[in-house]
Amino acid sequence: MKEKLVLIGNGMAGMRVIEELLDLAPDLYDITVFGAEPYGNYNRILLSPVLAGEKTIDEIMLNNEQWYIDNNVKLHKGKEVVELERGKRLVIAKDGTVESYDRLLIATGSEPFIIPVPGNALLGVITFRDIHDVNAMLSAAKQYRHAVIIGGGLLGLEAANGLLAQGMKVTVVHLSDTLMERQLDSVAGQMLKKSLVERGLQFIMGATTEEIIGKQRVQGVRFKDGREITADLVVMAVGIRPNFALAKKSGIHCERGVVVSDTMQTYDPRIYAVGECAQHRGKTYGLVAPLFEMAKVCANHLAQIGYGRYQGSVTSTKLKVTGIDVFSAGDFTGDDSTEDLVLQDAARGVYKKIVLKDNRIHGAVMYGDTGDGAWYFQLMREGANIADIRNHLMFGQAHLGDSGRGGESRASQMSDAMEVCGCNGVCKGTIVKAITQKGLFTVDEVRAHTKASSSCGSCTGLVEQILASTVGGDYSAAPEIKPMCPCTDSPHDEVRKIIRAQHLTSIPAVMQYLKWRTPDGCAKCRPALNYYLISTWPHEAQDDYQSRFINERAHANIQKDGTYSVIPRMWGGLTNAHELRTIADVADKFSIPTMKVTGGQRIDLLGVKKEDLPAVWADLNKGGLVSGHAYAKALRTVKTCVGKEWCRFGTQDSTAMGVKLEKMTWGSWTPHKVKMAVSGCPRNCAESTIKDFGVVAVDSGWELHVGGNGGIKVRVTDMLCKVSTEDEVLEYAGAYMQLYREEARYLDRTSHWIERVGLSYVKQKIVDDAPNRKALYERFLDSQKYVQDPWEERATGAHKNEYIPIKQIA
Amino acid sequence: MPQWIAVGSLADIPRLGARVVQVPAGDIAVFRTGDDEVFALRDKCPHRGGPLSQGIVHGHRVACPLHGWTIELDCGEAVAPDKGCARSYPVKLEGGVVYLSLTPNPV
Ligand code: SRM
Ligand SMILES: Cc1cc2nc3c(=O)[nH]c(=O)nc-3n(C[C@H](O)[C@H](O)[C@H](O)COP(=O)(O)OP(=O)(O)OC[C@H]3O[C@@H](n4cnc5c(N)ncnc54)[C@H](O)[C@@H]3O)c2cc1C
Ligand code: SF4
Ligand code: FES
Repeated sequence: MKEKLVLIGNGMAGMRVIEELLDLAPDLYDITVFGAEPYGNYNRILLSPVLAGEKTIDEIMLNNEQWYIDNNVKLHKGKEVVELERGKRLVIAKDGTVESYDRLLIATGSEPFIIPVPGNALLGVITFRDIHDVNAMLSAAKQYRHAVIIGGGLLGLEAANGLLAQGMKVTVVHLSDTLMERQLDSVAGQMLKKSLVERGLQFIMGATTEEIIGKQRVQGVRFKDGREITADLVVMAVGIRPNFALAKKSGIHCERGVVVSDTMQTYDPRIYAVGECAQHRGKTYGLVAPLFEMAKVCANHLAQIGYGRYQGSVTSTKLKVTGIDVFSAGDFTGDDSTEDLVLQDAARGVYKKIVLKDNRIHGAVMYGDTGDGAWYFQLMREGANIADIRNHLMFGQAHLGDSGRGGESRASQMSDAMEVCGCNGVCKGTIVKAITQKGLFTVDEVRAHTKASSSCGSCTGLVEQILASTVGGDYSAAPEIKPMCPCTDSPHDEVRKIIRAQHLTSIPAVMQYLKWRTPDGCAKCRPALNYYLISTWPHEAQDDYQSRFINERAHANIQKDGTYSVIPRMWGGLTNAHELRTIADVADKFSIPTMKVTGGQRIDLLGVKKEDLPAVWADLNKGGLVSGHAYAKALRTVKTCVGKEWCRFGTQDSTAMGVKLEKMTWGSWTPHKVKMAVSGCPRNCAESTIKDFGVVAVDSGWELHVGGNGGIKVRVTDMLCKVSTEDEVLEYAGAYMQLYREEARYLDRTSHWIERVGLSYVKQKIVDDAPNRKALYERFLDSQKYVQDPWEERATGAHKNEYIPIKQIA
Repeated sequence: MPQWIAVGSLADIPRLGARVVQVPAGDIAVFRTGDDEVFALRDKCPHRGGPLSQGIVHGHRVACPLHGWTIELDCGEAVAPDKGCARSYPVKLEGGVVYLSLTPNPV
């Protein structure tokens, strides 16, 4: 006999819980849903575009009635619950329908606030909350001319914009002198007002409504100062009130909302509450993102696998008026403990204000170019220290470096036909369509459904913006609580800590300890776990080949036709006639179709059959060539220039230095690939300043540069320090590699890692703290003890099954 | 009644891995899951023909090595939202020996 779960409130938060619950534990409960509205569950956020005529009601349905049938969820639509008898565990609807429950979920949302003035009940005075209201506005727009919106906040402006689009003459009446004053400072508010006026909206600011005039239907609005304006439609958008009357009546503790714990339980532990009606740690919310975070925790707890605790949310807002970009997050007013960074460019219609509190982002307001809103918001939620990037923080995430999306960085400026994702050829229109039709809320969901930003990821910023302008934002959980993958609730850093603290040395051990949901993980978590294990316990943990991506399992790069490419190491880019002859002979013997000089100063043999790999390697080994690890999250290349030995400008022997570095670091596994370079002088012919570890020789010694990246997003290195001897270069390089190996998240390049932890942190661990540097260096050398050429092992028979078919059938 | 061909012993296939059976008509991938079940699929991803035998096996699924589609091992169907199907073949395990039939399962 299954337990009975009853949901009161067929809306966004409540149904999100049900969806999450069905994913986690499909058969745990008999589920019944009461909804006062006569439909399935729809995306309330998108009522604005519906009003503006940009979308239809059908397009914004999240769960249509068929969905409830398919998932055998019993839906009482159009039935408002009026009684909750906790003693008997019954809920009773207006029409007499009765249901009993073992667990109850209250998600009754909130009600629009109606200002207590005479005439507020007249015909034609409405609010903006549900489909009913939108239909009322649409039909009013057909018959009448003058619309007055009371309230110049997010909702009011979206209503105004919609009615304007429906051909009405719209006046917005606002109490304060700044539009959206809870989200915007006065500058941004003014800029917003200006562009809305240009679109044809009228504003009456600083006006207090005294009376709504009319006999049966509204005819006008009168203000305290005596002014009067005509109106045949009045929309009240002055705020919302959590809807907790039902809960209160049944004796559940309520304050400004239904009071809930970190597990979303009310004072009656059988009864949960989520959404706008809930009050958590003294706060109530009016945006979707926090509701979804609540929903996840609540579903976890209902499914009885819940370790999840809701910690409260930091929110950001985005006005959904097509063509206008406004973004705001956190506390942007600031006080004397905060400082402001401001960029204002009236001509371009761009305004940015970032409020800092001891080098952390405290709040942000943006107008015009909101492209980096998502990034600032993430830094803010992570509480990242921005001291190191302060000087270019204002200019955004330096998207300038990105390739693959035509240099676009402002989604709102793009036409539907323009390509957003260059890897998978996805254009803006396709993404918008998917978001609305499939009801997507997070970048991950968009990835899954459209493939946009699923490959190299350089267009992620654009996808976030498109989400923002379509549904108001990316509703994924705060980054710091983002789990490694759907198999677990634990984020990367926590998994790493626990592997060390609990001395876990195998993937099953980790999965058991952290209660993985899947028997053997997925293609996302297993490679990460394997790396964390072998880098934490180099001499104990067994390298699990089945948890490695094919390239690292086969020690060659798989090509699109299933053949492989082979890139032998050329130490520091040096080679000789004997090596070249060996390579040439191999190419002939195995009739290798393509040979190419790579971007990493070595030679690529492309189109090798998998069965041939061990034999190819055997021959290469004979000629003294070893694996170049071009396929691995490991040391790739050490690029060098000719240096002092030949070059008239050379100040040191950069080539020899490069060879030493490569001999010391080759074969060590890292969170992502590592590339180095050594240039013989500041002319920097080896491009050291876009490498993970770049060395530039100067007359007095060596400059060490770190965190460069020449790929998807070009990042120029930061200067770590200057040293004078070759041995120091090796020591610093080893220590830096080890710190990165021990602390970065899997698939972080050093550039991503440094942007997160900050250069000063790395300096402090490696430059300032000499004993720590030496200890890191020791650990690095120790983990390198057993490194040997993976090709040689395999050429001499190891893992041979990997390369041969189990059977051939003629 | 399918015609069974012995292709090798279970021990020859790594757990959470796969091996290839070469057939003139094109390779067939034989998978071994964590719970020691065996499955067989045409070694061609429905997306762009990637060799599924080279993917990472998890649960009763495999992730294609080329662009990461996930394929159900029992029926060869791509996991939603992706759409497509790799032909699946009858396999059975008897006394530690893996038997394969070359006539694909009906779709
Ligand atoms: C062969 C080569 C292109 C060439 O013909 O020159 C190459 C080929 C590939 N690169 Fe590269 N990259 C090659 C030099 C580069 C360089 C230039 C360099 O190293 O000086 C870069 C930019 C510098 C950098 O990485 O900072 C580069 C940035 C990338 C990136 C983007 C990395 C990033 O963090 O943004 C990827 C994607 C990834 O690694 O996730 C990538 C991924 C790949 C992969 C491995 C794609 C894949 O997963 O299969 C390609 C494998 C083809 C193959 O089978 O060989 N390749 N790749 C170069 C091999 C160098 C070598 O000798 O090992
Ligand atoms: C026009 C508009 C635009 C918005 N834009 C954004 C945006 O851009 N970004 C953003 O984050 N948020 C936005 N919001 C806010 C967002 O829609 C809400 O925060 C969210 O819908 C709240 O979800 P909920 O489940 O708590 O309440 P709701 O979605 O309102 O669901 C509550 C449901 O419970 C039903 N109900 C209430 N009492 C009972 C009862 N006694 N018996 C049965 N059923 C009952 C109600 O009819 C309602 O259907 C917008 C809201 C509106 C109206
Ligand atoms: S080699 Fe590099 S740049 Fe060229 S296609 Fe492959 S991944 Fe892209
Ligand atoms: S070929 Fe398999 S995912 Fe593309």
